[in-house]
Amino acid sequence: MYSVRLWSVRHARGMEVFYNAFEKAFVALHPLWNWIGYERVDKPIAALEKVTKGFLFDCQMCGQCALSSTGMSCSMNCPKNIRNGPCGGVRANGHCEVKPEMRCVWVEGFAGSERMKEGRKAIRIVQKPLDRRLEGTSSWLKVARDKNPPPAKAP
Amino acid sequence: MKFEDEPVPGYPLPILPGHTSPGRLERVLRAGAFAVTTELDPPDSADPEEVYRRARIFDGYVDAINATDGSGANCHMSSLAVCALLTRIGYAPVMQISCRDKNRIAIQGDILGGAAMGVANMLCLSGDGVQSGDHPQAKPVFDLDCMSLLEIGRTLRDEHQFQSGRKVTFAPRVFFGAAANPFVPPFEWRAERIAKKVAAGAQFIQTQYCYDVPRLKAFMQQVEDLGLLDKVFFLIGVGPLRTARAADWMRTNVPGIHIPDAVVARMAGAEKPAAEGRQICIDLIQEIREIKGVCGVHVMAYRQEESVAEIIERSGVLQGRVPWYPGRDSTVNQEKELT
Repeated sequence: MYSVRLWSVRHARGMEVFYNAFEKAFVALHPLWNWIGYERVDKPIAALEKVTKGFLFDCQMCGQCALSSTGMSCSMNCPKNIRNGPCGGVRANGHCEVKPEMRCVWVEGFAGSERMKEGRKAIRIVQKPLDRRLEGTSSWLKVARDKNPPPAKAP
Repeated sequence: MKFEDEPVPGYPLPILPGHTSPGRLERVLRAGAFAVTTELDPPDSADPEEVYRRARIFDGYVDAINATDGSGANCHMSSLAVCALLTRIGYAPVMQISCRDKNRIAIQGDILGGAAMGVANMLCLSGDGVQSGDHPQAKPVFDLDCMSLLEIGRTLRDEHQFQSGRKVTFAPRVFFGAAANPFVPPFEWRAERIAKKVAAGAQFIQTQYCYDVPRLKAFMQQVEDLGLLDKVFFLIGVGPLRTARAADWMRTNVPGIHIPDAVVARMAGAEKPAAEGRQICIDLIQEIREIKGVCGVHVMAYRQEESVAEIIERSGVLQGRVPWYPGRDSTVNQEKELT
């Protein structure tokens, strides 16, 4: 929801604190995810992610969440899907050129990044192009998996 | 400026040490000359002569010609094709690549193909949204954004590989550019975004129309504070306004264009608005060229292309230099023979 999305950006610092704690716990559950199987658990976790992040950020389930690097403003709500915004079409009032009734997600994002502890640094990172295969999958599980690389096989 | 190693028109220049492209624009900028680029309005036609006619208007006044890629999300001849026609006879085009209409498979193919045809400069853009053009019912692609496009281009050139990691046997030798719009919010972050573009691979920047010099100065100061001035060349966008009404229409209806009230008022008070528009443009160029870090201007004279020569001539920025155009050197030789 648009108004909730703006609220979340206004509370970007709180979101950051909460997410960092959440991520730690979620990543620590790696053995559990591994035991159930990452593929099998993806569907229910993705559904949970869609409901919560959908409510808070209008999450579009790109499957490779960058909210920590975008000031807690979901860049997939940019009509041009710009992961490294803002574009040059921002209106004088800070609204989107494509959707004039919407605040530019990157104007919001930069404001959000200033409220965060690590946001200023993170927003300067060049975001890689999306991997479209991950659309609809859980990015929480992706983080858990990426932070727990499989042990190197014995030769 | 005449290069000693001037090739036969249509063939690339040798690449000098520290350069990445065989192009004239990079040569001019790295030599420290004030560069002039312009924009070719691509025809709604399949007639190559229309492209050449539109390019010839600029002969002797510009170092490179931007070939727009469906600008304003309107359908025209493709930038790749315009560039192919231009490079055939030696012109130095800047191939604009927009992320709106093509995915990464098509775009990487175009970078290779463009470079193969002698395109030495490519401008990486996100592109206007489809809703602003003549086909609002089209699918917006936006597989990449300008930033990831720059990175992919640089990887192709420097690491000789596609985004997938697959190798190319001969890398495209390209001078990569990006756009900037210092005149719209969020002002305090515009320079930071340029830092990101430079990190992603931008070597030159062409800006949106500048009608607000104080705003530009503030931006250039921010850019300098970030230590970017020796990493990237800035070409500032300028253009003549036609009438006060057109100016007012532009700033209300074209996203990203900021024209201060004073400029519109000056247009409204003029007896000959078109001449005043050109004069404003010349005044702006002369102010802009004095700003630290400005390396040239990008003159966008949509549907007034014939005025570019006059504007550049009267602004005096070329300081007697005659940028290359087909036939330039033969005319010079003829003149020499006559005297």
